[in-house]
Formats: sequence, structure tokens, C-alpha cells
Amino acid sequence: MPDNAPPDTQDTISAEIASIAAAHEKAGPGPLLDYPPYRSSILRHPTFAPVQVDPDEIELVGPVFGARDVDPGDADLTAQHPGEPLGERMIVTGRIVDGTGRPVAGQLVEVWQANAAGRYAHGRDRHPAPLDPHFTGTGRCLTDADGRYRFVTVKPGPYPWRNHLNAWRPAHIHFSLFGRNFTERVVTQMYFPGDPLLPLDPIFGSIPDTSAQQRLLATYDHEVTTPEWSTGYRWDIVLTGPRRTWTES
Amino acid sequence: MTEPLPGTPGQTVGPFFGLSLPYERGPDLVPPGAAGAIRLHGRVLDGAGDPVPDALLELWQPGPDGAVLREPGSLNRDGWTFTGWGRAATDNAGHWSFSTLRPGPSRPGTAPFFALTVFARGLLDRLRTRIYLPDGEDVLAADPLLSSLPAERRATLVATAEPGGYGFDVVLQGERETVFLEARP
Repeated sequence: MPDNAPPDTQDTISAEIASIAAAHEKAGPGPLLDYPPYRSSILRHPTFAPVQVDPDEIELVGPVFGARDVDPGDADLTAQHPGEPLGERMIVTGRIVDGTGRPVAGQLVEVWQANAAGRYAHGRDRHPAPLDPHFTGTGRCLTDADGRYRFVTVKPGPYPWRNHLNAWRPAHIHFSLFGRNFTERVVTQMYFPGDPLLPLDPIFGSIPDTSAQQRLLATYDHEVTTPEWSTGYRWDIVLTGPRRTWTES
Repeated sequence: MTEPLPGTPGQTVGPFFGLSLPYERGPDLVPPGAAGAIRLHGRVLDGAGDPVPDALLELWQPGPDGAVLREPGSLNRDGWTFTGWGRAATDNAGHWSFSTLRPGPSRPGTAPFFALTVFARGLLDRLRTRIYLPDGEDVLAADPLLSSLPAERRATLVATAEPGGYGFDVVLQGERETVFLEARP
């Protein structure tokens, strides 16, 4: 698109999302890398199919993280400044397993997110929403022996971006996840149930399999909600690597 | 064998990962200038040949003797323990750089390589590749992956020797597009 052309409308983007979804009904569970509705992907997706390779020893394991890497306080995003951040305090927790259901124990989980107003504490975020001096929006933890993680944070707000005219990202938390081996490494985004922006979003929409899309939605869990203090969401994660892990048992 | 659970899909790392993922000494698997340290560096380029200033690379490798390491401490380096893992973001010119050790072959008879994971704004899921060392044409020719590729594709996986280390560009798209890998089912 030439730089001086008027930006695409949401209707244009939504029509592209629908047409690609119809053509890829049988696609795999991941996002399409060649996905023009997400304009920034146009020059950044490979055009050759990935080459299949037998994983080497180094690729059948992954990096090890431990207590020396992560401060337990890093899991509370509301406690990194002298005051409480604004917004809906929430707990997000879940369990990380591999494709066989075995817990991914003692592994690193990293998160980052916008504040309750939809603004990132990042120099390149130009959204004219307020920064919160009590919220940076970054956290880390290690999973426990059962593969569980838990963060205390505030619910992020949706925010505008420049993919097209009146483009808005649904509220989300970025998650960086390590499995037991190098090939299970995933960076993804957790979304909230019922967000009206989800069907309009070309990043969420880049996953053509609607059942796979659902796996990025947290669920509200009243058992996680804490009386007089915080709402609670649950989001479970499955890290699938090479099929070797399905058959070795 | 039971049916495997369906996996959680990936999504782009987006433009703001700099808040959380890069960290102090992330690119320094060994301190620059330490005994045996080499510089492994290059650029990330898009389909127009332009640098990608918002990419993130993760390096994972065996030690110089080929041993796979199981050492914590990558996020909080003590300056002595080689963990085999590091992370580097590209700068405004799309350039990245690691200070590390030469990897040995983790399996006898195979060519030594660095395993690399690539994330970027505009890239909807991570990519994986390998950076092979350019030393020893016979070793490279015998490698099962490299020998299966046409010469011009194969060349995209081999680093260039330089004084003090190696150069390697990650090309996301186009004629010189890097070979990206997936585990064989």
C-alpha cells in the first residue's frame, strides 16, 4: 500500500479475515504466518515451507531456569511500586502441561501487558491514555511441581493501533513460555472471554482454526476470585513439541 | 498411545516485548573478552531487505566439548557459569550480537551449530533455525540436514568467519530467505 493511500477500514480487514478463514478451514492449529490482514506480517513471513529435521540432542532439551533466576516477588505486578496500580485487580493462574498431559515443572513464565487504561509503559507506545506510575506491566515466575503458575496483576485495557483505521487490540496479556525442550518454546497472548474486539482483530484472527482460537481465552473462575480483594481468571496451557514426546512413553 | 492434547497456539511477540524480555547481560553467555569468547552477530532483514529493529533472538547451544548443559542462571549470570542460553534484541539498525563460546557437535559426526529462535513484531509465530560454523567443508557436507538442501538454501544456514567470531544474517523473506526448521513428525 503506498504511504499516502487512505488507511483500510475495519470492514476491509474483517472481509479479509473472513475470506482467509474460509479458505483455511483445515489448516493446522497455529497462526498463519502469511496473513495480510495483519499488515506488518506482509514483509516478515517466510515464503518457503519449513524444512523438517530430526531434532538434535541440543534441541531435545531446553534451557534450565532456577530460583537464582527469578525473584518470587516478580509474580506480583501490583507490588513493584510504592502505591497500588489503578484498575481491576486480578489473579491469573493456570497449569502448563506437555502434549501428553505431563506437567511442565520448574519452568520460566514471563508476562507483559498494558495498564488498565490500555497503555504500555514503553517509549514507543503513543496511545494518549494515562501511564500509571504504579504499574510497569511485566512479571516472571517459575512453574511449581505440578506445572502451575500464578500472577497478581490488573486487567489490561484494549488499545488502538495503526494496522488500519479504527483498529483496536482486544485486551490481552503476553505470555512467554518454555517447555521441556527447545521446540516447545512459545510466545503467545492470553485473551478474555466475551471480548467484542476479538472477531475484529487480525492477530487473534490469524489462527484459522476456531477451536484453536478458543485455547487462547482465559475463563473467569470464581474459585480463583478472592473475597474483598481480587477477581480471578484461569488459563491452562499445552506446549506441544516434536511427536517424539507423544510416543516415548 | 493416547491422542496428544492440542497445543496452545503462538501469537506475535508484538512491538512492546522490550518491557519484559530483554535483560541485562542476556546476550553475554560469556563476558565479552573472556578466554575463548567469540562474537556471533548479524542482522535481521525483512522481505524488502530492510533491517527489522523489533526482533528478538534466543540462542541455545552445547558447550565447546559438545555437552548439553543443564545449568540455571541465564537470567542472573554469575559471570562464570556457562548456561548455553542467551537472548538478544535487535537494535534500531536491525543488528544483534552475542558473546559466547564455540559449540561442539552434540552428536559425533554431525556439524556443530547454534540453535536459534526468532521472534518479531509482524511475525505471527516464532521461527526456528540453526547457525552452523563454517569450519570444515567435509563436516558440513556430511551433516544430515545440510546435505539435504540445495546449495543456495544450504548457504543461508552457515555463518561467515570473521576476526573474533562469526557473522550471520536472519533473512525473514526473499531470495536469500533463511531456511527455517520444524521437528520431523
